[in-house]
Amino acid sequence: MSSPIDFLLWVKGPAFDIALAVFVIGIVVRLLEIVLLGRKQDLAEPKGEEFGPGLRTIVTRTLPEAGSFKQSPFTVIGGYIWHIGFLICLLFFVPHIELLHSVLGIKWPGLSNHIVDAVAVVTMATLVAMLIDRITHSVKRFLSGPEDYLVWLAAFLPIVTGYLAYHRVLVPYPLVLGIHILSIEFLMILFPFTKLMHTFTFPLARWYNGAMAGRRGVQS
Amino acid sequence: MADSKTEPKTLGESLRQQGVSRRGFLKFCTATASMMALPPAMVPAIAEALEKARRPSVIWLSFQECTGCTESLTRAHAPTIENLIFDHISLDYHHTLQAAAGEGAEAAREAAMHENHGKYIVVVDGSIPLKDPGFSTIAGISNLDMLKETVAGAAAVIAVGSCAAFGGLPHASPNPTGAVSVSEIIKDKPVVNVSGCPPIPTVITGVLAHFLTFGGLPELDDLGRPKVFYGQSIHDRCYRRPFYDKGLFAETFDDEGARKGWCLYRMGCKGPMTYNACATTKWNQGTSWPVESGHGCLGCSEPNFWDGGGFYNAISIPDGDIARNVGLGAVAGVAVGAAAGMLNRNAKADAVARHETVTVDDLEKTS
Repeated sequence: MSSPIDFLLWVKGPAFDIALAVFVIGIVVRLLEIVLLGRKQDLAEPKGEEFGPGLRTIVTRTLPEAGSFKQSPFTVIGGYIWHIGFLICLLFFVPHIELLHSVLGIKWPGLSNHIVDAVAVVTMATLVAMLIDRITHSVKRFLSGPEDYLVWLAAFLPIVTGYLAYHRVLVPYPLVLGIHILSIEFLMILFPFTKLMHTFTFPLARWYNGAMAGRRGVQS
Repeated sequence: MADSKTEPKTLGESLRQQGVSRRGFLKFCTATASMMALPPAMVPAIAEALEKARRPSVIWLSFQECTGCTESLTRAHAPTIENLIFDHISLDYHHTLQAAAGEGAEAAREAAMHENHGKYIVVVDGSIPLKDPGFSTIAGISNLDMLKETVAGAAAVIAVGSCAAFGGLPHASPNPTGAVSVSEIIKDKPVVNVSGCPPIPTVITGVLAHFLTFGGLPELDDLGRPKVFYGQSIHDRCYRRPFYDKGLFAETFDDEGARKGWCLYRMGCKGPMTYNACATTKWNQGTSWPVESGHGCLGCSEPNFWDGGGFYNAISIPDGDIARNVGLGAVAGVAVGAAAGMLNRNAKADAVARHETVTVDDLEKTS
């Protein structure tokens, strides 16, 4: 018998295991590849230390640089809004906390569903606005490849399907919940193979920039 | 099983004989109309139809089941009109309730089938084993054969309980008997699934009342369940729903949230994905229902609810052992990553070794 419940059980069972395997193995392999490749030995005499500036840059690069903010404020603000919105929905919706608790063994207070709901709406609207901007802005359109649109879709689908599941818009509910979980599995599978990897590689890149500058005695 | 000499001809006669007043009967008709989401104007029509309704012959087949469904339907604390309706049907065969046994019992079934050919209703509780007919037999007849033979002349089939409707507990992984639901075998007769473990008694009397009133079966959902009872989820009608929306959850059975009656989602309540009438009809004549008594919904009216992960795991938690799988994935990732890293380093060293220096003279020579 094939019912929405069967679909949900498949999505929560074998499909999730497959997506999780691709996600974990892919990310570990990619990070190890980057780290193990190493850097050529710098024979020049260091003019400063690496550790402090490296750590500092991981944090300071979170704030936008004045120049780029002035040039494209929409990209910067929109980027902040949807990243923060996505993280709030991911980390502070109680059903998600239950899932993370089952993996990590720790839990934290969740937000009221109404707040998460409002944040999800803002996040979706921002993502749509950013897609329109990407398509209408001639330079951004020129710089965008198929992967950019694929990654946008992978980030957008979990929020829109989660919103539909929460509001129980599509009936029956097991079907829409299954589609929501499937969209996250799609995101997890794409993760190691696309620029979504920046979630894990950004500290390495920022560390390297900061450490390199620190060694040369310049501000990063 | 009633004595044929004193047997009333219609439901009206039957109810009057048992001391039910006209007022009580109309109250039941109004409640039935309301329960089945029919307009009040239908009440007189229901009353008239039920008044004149003739005793339908019902053959009740029990296969791989626990008798919980029969218990649910027969063990009301006080006689109700629903019970009387249930009593009114001519229950010609039910091997738990009937006095006859052996050949006499089977003869009663065959007689009912013969006398009411094309008109009788078959109620089934329990799933049907397909792996080996010997797993479950009655009077030496396999469940599959008995079902096919009995349903051949039936007007409709009512699959009572989640075992008959979806396979239920016998169908749970690894399904040792190869258990299937009624609808997987019967394709040429209308089958109504009255799921639940057990189903709410009012739901089966509601289906019978619908059959008696309109001469047909109610509108069904995608899983063959009457929409009037299974059209809304437990979550949508739950009186604890406002706590879900506010983010107020009980986290153990005895914490402050549990005492204050907060939402049971975190304790594994399957209400959001379960479609049934418990939240509105309640149990034990409207006394209470699982969520009201402080326990989350198990989702018993949905297919495969036994295989849907732990009863105390929130719906959002996938079924596998995620922590273990993440650990295994990380170990595999380290092994593959280390190998890939070594290959990359070798490729890099190889490229450095094969690097040829080009001088300006070389370039001038080639151009």
